[in-house]
This record gives sequence, structure tokens and C-alpha cells, in this order.
Amino acid sequence: MGPLFDILGGLVLVAGTAFLLLGGLGLNRMPDVFNRIQAGTKATTLGTILTLTGIAMMHPDWALKLLLIGMFLLFSNPLSSQVLARAAERTHVHKTSRTRIDRFEQDHDQGEEA
Amino acid sequence: MSTLTLLMAVLAAVAMLGGAAVAVASKSTPVAILAAGLVSLMASVLFVLLAAPDVAMTEAAIGSGLTTFLFFFVLGRVKEEQDDD
Amino acid sequence: MADFLVYLAAVLAGGAFLLALFRFLRGPSPVDRVVAFDVLTVIAITGIILAAVVADRVIYLDVALVYALLSFLGVIVVARYLERGA
Repeated sequence: MGPLFDILGGLVLVAGTAFLLLGGLGLNRMPDVFNRIQAGTKATTLGTILTLTGIAMMHPDWALKLLLIGMFLLFSNPLSSQVLARAAERTHVHKTSRTRIDRFEQDHDQGEEA
Repeated sequence: MSTLTLLMAVLAAVAMLGGAAVAVASKSTPVAILAAGLVSLMASVLFVLLAAPDVAMTEAAIGSGLTTFLFFFVLGRVKEEQDDD
Repeated sequence: MADFLVYLAAVLAGGAFLLALFRFLRGPSPVDRVVAFDVLTVIAITGIILAAVVADRVIYLDVALVYALLSFLGVIVVARYLERGA
């Protein structure tokens, strides 16, 4: 593909890795496990998909394999984030003091009273 | 080996050292197993950087995938037997 | 220009890698470490793909594919163990 597509792909690639960096930053700055799961999976999913798109623009003949990798990541990342959040809730990890509302706990308490 | 590849290799090696340190120092067994998995993950990245993709694929499947899975499976069984006693 | 952008992307991914590694080393709870491990795997996939671009070899992408398949299996096994152990 032409040099214009190369540069465009490179820009998308840099945007994707910037999102990865933001995810890493969130992993360190967020106050508790649940917030870290959000930063660690949502930001990195977007970052990887953008990275894959950028490289597919630079090398169009690799697009099929990159699409396959992206599809696996799109399946696995939300699943692992959900499983991790459930594990964190069941092991009663420390929540941040700024937690305003916990619907899961409310539902759980009401279920025990009934 | 270009400068970029060299830098990535150094980063992977640093991560391997950190993972090994956690595996030795940690008191909790699951964390130690996870750290051992990190060491093998980074070893596999290092193999890719050293232009051995087939070795890297084997390391990823056996070292990072199967070993971690097996360790946690056995750990769960041991715990079950301890709970029965 | 495109080469420079690839190098810049590699530097950004390296920064993200260091931040995630810092969280893995610090903990404090096991779930924190599992999240950091997950992020490290995703960044390792990105690193392998960037290595494939720099070396211009398609075969490296297969390793990334194996990773994308296996990483999530590991995370789910660990998470299942943790929630049962409590």
C-alpha cells in the first residue's frame, strides 16, 4: 500500500499503544481492585484493537491473522474481567472508602432477609 | 539485532527477574505459581525476539499454559483433601 | 516516518509494560496480581506483533495467536481457584 496508508496506520498504532499506557497508568492510580479491573481490561482491549488495526493498515496481507487475534481478544477480555470481578467480590477484598453504592451487597442482604 | 529488539529483550529479562523474585519471596502459593507463569511468559517473548518462533510457541503452550493449569488443578485437589480431614 | 511511528509505539508499550509490572510486583491482593498478569499478557501480545513488524516476519503472529488463546484460560483457572479458596 502507499506511503499515506503507512503513516495513517502508524498514527493509529501510536494511538493504540497510548491507550495501553493509559491502562497501565490506571492500574497504578486506581484506588481498589474493582477500579483496577476496569482500567486493566477496558483500556487495554481498545488499545490492542487499535494496534491491530494500525498494523493491518501498514501490512494489508497480514489482515486475516490480525483479525483472528483481535477476535480472540474481544472474546476473552470481557470474560476474564467478569470472572476476576466475581473472584474479587467473593474473596471480600478491601473496597475503597469512596464507594458510594454497592447494589450487589444490597441485593444479597435482601435475599438473606426474605 | 536492532536497538529496538535489544531494548525489548532487556525489558523481558527485567520482568523475568521480577517474576522470579516474587515467586521466591511470596508466602501465598497461588501468587508464586502466577509469578512462575510470568517468568515462562517472558521467556517465550525472549524466544520470539531471538528469532525462534517455534520454540516460543511451545514455551507458551507448555510453560505458560499447561504448567499453570496443572499446578492450580493439583493445588485445588490437595486443598479438597485437607478439607475432608 | 512510518518507522519512527513504530518506534514511538514500542516505547509507549514499554512504558505500559513497566507500569503493569510495577503493579504485579506490589500486589497487594492476589486478584491485583492476576489483573496485572492479564494486562502483561496483552502487552506481550502487542510486543510480539511489533517485533513481527520490525523483523518483517509473518510467522511471529502465530505466537501471538497462541497467546491470545491461552492467556485467558490461565486467568480463568486462577480466578476460579481464588474464589473457591475463600
